[in-house]
Amino acid sequence: MQIVCLGLSHKTAPVEVRERFAVLESHLGVTALELKQLPHVEEAVVISTCNRVEFYAATHNPEGVLSSLEQMIGQKVGDASLGKGCFVPQSGETSIRHLFRVTSGLESMVLGETEILGQVKKAYQAALENGATSRHLNKLFQRAFNVAKEVRTNTNITKGPVSTGSAAVELAEKIFGRLEHCKIMILGAGETAEMTAKALLSRGAKAIFVSNRTYERAHALAEGMGGKAIHFDEWEKEFHDLDILIGSTGAPHAVVAHERLASMMVHRTDRPLFCIDLAVPRDFEPVINELEGVYLYDIDALQAIAEESIAVRRQELTHCERLIERHVEEFDKWLRTAPPNSFIKTAGGKVVAERVLPAR
Amino acid sequence: MDRVLLAVSTVCFLLGFAYSMYALGARMVRPARFNFIIMLFGFALQTGFLHLRGQTVGRCPLTNMFEILVFLSWSLVLLYFIVGPTYRLSLLGTFTSPLVFIILTFAQSLPSASLAPEYKPSAGFWPEMHAAVSLIAYGAFALACVAGVMYLIQERSLKQHRMNSFLFNLPPIADLAGALQRVLLAGFVLLTLGLVAGFQAGDLEAHRAAIIWSICVWLMYGVLLLLRFTHRFSSRHIAWMSVIAFTVALTTLWIIIFKH
Repeated sequence: MQIVCLGLSHKTAPVEVRERFAVLESHLGVTALELKQLPHVEEAVVISTCNRVEFYAATHNPEGVLSSLEQMIGQKVGDASLGKGCFVPQSGETSIRHLFRVTSGLESMVLGETEILGQVKKAYQAALENGATSRHLNKLFQRAFNVAKEVRTNTNITKGPVSTGSAAVELAEKIFGRLEHCKIMILGAGETAEMTAKALLSRGAKAIFVSNRTYERAHALAEGMGGKAIHFDEWEKEFHDLDILIGSTGAPHAVVAHERLASMMVHRTDRPLFCIDLAVPRDFEPVINELEGVYLYDIDALQAIAEESIAVRRQELTHCERLIERHVEEFDKWLRTAPPNSFIKTAGGKVVAERVLPAR
Repeated sequence: MDRVLLAVSTVCFLLGFAYSMYALGARMVRPARFNFIIMLFGFALQTGFLHLRGQTVGRCPLTNMFEILVFLSWSLVLLYFIVGPTYRLSLLGTFTSPLVFIILTFAQSLPSASLAPEYKPSAGFWPEMHAAVSLIAYGAFALACVAGVMYLIQERSLKQHRMNSFLFNLPPIADLAGALQRVLLAGFVLLTLGLVAGFQAGDLEAHRAAIIWSICVWLMYGVLLLLRFTHRFSSRHIAWMSVIAFTVALTTLWIIIFKH
């Protein structure tokens, strides 16, 4: 038995091609079952995410299955030439390795992201429930999930923030520990500030205040995040209760001056303040970072942290690949000695008889 | 036999420290786990040594400087096991092991280390209680000093925007500040109990200098905690002061023992 994979991804196809071949989540199981009806295909799983569409099959005739797969896909979108050069056929060890890399996030656009594992699990579950998988793909996918878990636990591939938003969250956690009791204020109403605030809220941060020169804009933004809008000249009144202050105004000069902040900090003994400056020109005077208990990060500082994390993840690739290689070898060895499925298919794809397996 | 246990234990702490430093630099995953296991092993050996020595001398093994320092390092590790895993501070071990290693190495290089242990029957419950509890209190202050150093490193990394290995692996400063305060409080309570036991032991005149010094240390930590609880001292001040106060306390401990 051999495993084959025919797939396209963000590396081989632009979004306008990927969207044509994408399979709806609700259709994944049925499509896998359709695939199983093809000649020589004994088992099948279809994975479809925004960055990849992949068809996996277990077969005794890899070449034949890959070409009939291509035909079937071409027919489905009504344009056989559309996927030309975008779909990459893989078989044997290469396809096993590919699946392990995909589930571990090594093939993802953001290296090491973990969302892909959940998506592959759903795709496999759909195929399983529709009876499209059997012994070989069951074992392959279970193994892939274990590999992903091992990679995640034993390497740094998922560690560190890879965007300015996640860098801000990670820093906040390094300052406050848990964010459950943290209160945030956004000065201005920039989009990056909104995304950063949402990332902090998703990690448990509590209240949010939005203060903007245009009150209506602040109100709209606050409403979207379940927060409270306040007039711009009143933001200092809420200062005593704040932990994280995000600046993203379009002001041509700093709106938080060193002297003013220093006098306000006197009244908050031992309560740190995390200032995130996302504005250009900057909203905070850089010298405020020297105040005790104040931690100021501007957009460049956050970007530098994200870039460092990406570099660290890249360094981890070799470690991950070594780990995956061991599993590829083991699985390939198992596949060579594994007993065949207990059914026999004709070239036309029909199951004609139950195979009598030797007693084990 | 007991010296062999102690020597192996010292090597354990050195190994734990060296490995953790290497792992931190290489950003290895869960470096604290190895350190935790090796510290547990080192602690078991230290306990074995103290048990054997206690049987030989017929009392709590605090009969000379060498034994006192071994007991101090043992109490430091004991407190690490109580505090570290509880407050998500297992990395505290990385910073605790070098201090334990230094204390143990120094203890074994002392002249009293090479003397054969003498049978000295117990001087009574209170004197033994006083010595043991006071030393555990010093262990707590040592751990507070370690947490203080970690706080200062983490604070500096955050201020200087250094997202390096240390920042990635060190606990949040809020957790460190909390742990620091708790350990200081525990140390203070233990030192108070030690002092009370000392007064119960009687013979105050003979140990006058020691008592005065002990009261000074007690007052120093008392004032420190008072300033903390009345919010006059920030976490940063407390971190600095826990390092300074321990250095002072260790010096006084040295003087007390030296004078005896």
